[in-house]
Amino acid sequence: MSSPRERVIPDWRIPFIRVPGSTPASTIEALAIPVGALIVSMILFGLFLLAIGQNPIEVYQSIYKGAFGSWFSWQNSLQRASPLMLVALCTALPARLGMIVIGGEGALVIGAVATVAAAVALEGAPSAAVTTLMLLAGAVAGGLWIGFVGGLRHYRGVNETISSLLLNYIAIAIMSHLVLGLIRDPAVLHRPSSWHVGEDNMLGLIPGMDVHWGLIIGAVVCLVTFLLVRWTTVGFAGDIIGGNPRAARMAGIAVGPLIVTTCFLGGAAAGLAGAIEIAAVQGRASSSIVVGYGYTGILIAFIARQNPLAVIPVAILLGGIRASGGLLQRWHDLPDATVLVMQGIIFVVILASETLYGRATLFQPRKA
Amino acid sequence: MEEAAALGWWGVPLGVLAGVLRVSTPFLFVSLGECLTEKSGRINLGLEGNLVMGAMAGYGVSFVSGSPWLGVVAAGVMGMVLGAMHAWACSQPRVNDIAVGISLMLFGIGLAFFLGKPLIQPTAPRLPTINFGWWSDTPQIRFALEVNALFLIGVALAPIMAWSFKNTRWGLIVRTVGDSADAARAMGYHVNRVRMLSTVAGGFFAGVGGSFLSLFYPGSWNEGLSSGQGLMAVALVIFARWDPIKCLYAALLFGGASSLGPALQSVGFSEGYYLFNAAPYLLTLAIMIISSSPRRSLISAPGELSVTK
Repeated sequence: MSSPRERVIPDWRIPFIRVPGSTPASTIEALAIPVGALIVSMILFGLFLLAIGQNPIEVYQSIYKGAFGSWFSWQNSLQRASPLMLVALCTALPARLGMIVIGGEGALVIGAVATVAAAVALEGAPSAAVTTLMLLAGAVAGGLWIGFVGGLRHYRGVNETISSLLLNYIAIAIMSHLVLGLIRDPAVLHRPSSWHVGEDNMLGLIPGMDVHWGLIIGAVVCLVTFLLVRWTTVGFAGDIIGGNPRAARMAGIAVGPLIVTTCFLGGAAAGLAGAIEIAAVQGRASSSIVVGYGYTGILIAFIARQNPLAVIPVAILLGGIRASGGLLQRWHDLPDATVLVMQGIIFVVILASETLYGRATLFQPRKA
Repeated sequence: MEEAAALGWWGVPLGVLAGVLRVSTPFLFVSLGECLTEKSGRINLGLEGNLVMGAMAGYGVSFVSGSPWLGVVAAGVMGMVLGAMHAWACSQPRVNDIAVGISLMLFGIGLAFFLGKPLIQPTAPRLPTINFGWWSDTPQIRFALEVNALFLIGVALAPIMAWSFKNTRWGLIVRTVGDSADAARAMGYHVNRVRMLSTVAGGFFAGVGGSFLSLFYPGSWNEGLSSGQGLMAVALVIFARWDPIKCLYAALLFGGASSLGPALQSVGFSEGYYLFNAAPYLLTLAIMIISSSPRRSLISAPGELSVTK
């Protein structure tokens, strides 16, 4: 089974899938087009700012200051980037197999609920064990949530985009229901919240920084998944499914299990993001976990062109933009939705720029 | 409140009826818009953006001009602009229509929140209602039967659209483009142009649906106005099997399902309030699971539609 597949692969790489970085020219293309699109969207957003009577240069300076201008703002941006990079994987990994999953928000919420449940169930256990197990519980819950989407896709033919979208709402409803009843902490009055996971069980800060360990976890997960998709046969098989599912089936790749596993991994990353938000920041599950991480995650995955390694810098960039929202409000009297407008413009331009791949003759490998 | 107590459990069907006549209207407009777009073979997942943008623009124009109907038109035009952006981006080769929809949704919502900041305080003139409950003394019945003209327009639109798909030249062209772009091209139609027009028209309907939210029910502008009705459009159309008449039934059903939770709460039954709110989503998911198959695309789905393949 394996030997004919290995012989076929080198011939396939070129016509069926373009592996970013396979030639120097395509590496430049994979970098130049997103960067160019970011510049175009900055110009468009600048025009928008001009139209509403703001000085774009000053606003961009403030965004820079708020995001990366000082060690303090760097830490703020990194803090916000850690859930974003994990939740971006929920879109990026299935996308390599040709699926558009937008269920990161739901997986994050379910992960958060499972984290609280695990912490409560394990009350009294040593805190290192509780912390590990509750992060694991969050990841598994998120993984099952999106794995279900993958299973529906392959075995029932249910469109993954729509099912994952519906599951977002269902997840939020489940959490809202639980924090009002079963797991409600009546001592918290201002907003229905779950019990606290316990101060001893919280994730600490990275020594010397004001950023919690979630950042390291997120970066490591991105790196590991990058190695997985880039340097293993499993990852390559996934790319073949993304390029041509029928060819993949004919080559003997187990398409169904691979789809479900990939969705599980993506969901697990998003569930872990929810777990980290609970275990490192909020301590309790409540509606304040539903702040659109999932939707920013989709944007990050697309800017990073579904490459788990590129997700890290893009998440830091978007985390920085989110972090600068407060500064824009204070210094320029711009509403908090400014960041949403900017993200929206970037997203539209990035997607429209997809059409340029393979069009610019400059980046095409010379045919011998 | 005494009246409510006197009505007892009768308050539940009345509340659902009131909900059906109110909550279903945005569902109806976005699903008809989405149905038109999907019939042409393209999916617009971003109608939530059109809806929220339409709600904001409709409210703003109604506030400035004093005419709520002008607001409805402005909302539709705003929807058309977003629809045109969607159509333009999707007409480029290699651009994914599902992803573009998500991005335009985020863009539309962001822009609406941004531009709508000054509109949270003021009160704009609302759309007039037609009172079908004049014969009753019970305030709940009178309230339940206060029907908005937009709802009636939407109800009329569904059979008109169904008839047009079946019996007019335009309807046939849209269906041909949606079922086989190659066949349409061979017959000399501009596939992209037809899809562009269908997407723009679909965007118009979604915008109008948004104006209903801000100008009638709930009847003000704020950032939590839409509870995802625009996102549900895609699911609704699948649920309705790309048939405008069934879109009407589906919208009524979803309106009823969404108002079940609040109606039960009004008679003091608040257990599982959020779970009842999730009923439409669960319903759609269950129906998709039952009706999909890995071996064929959904029955009666337009052949060119990416989402059902």
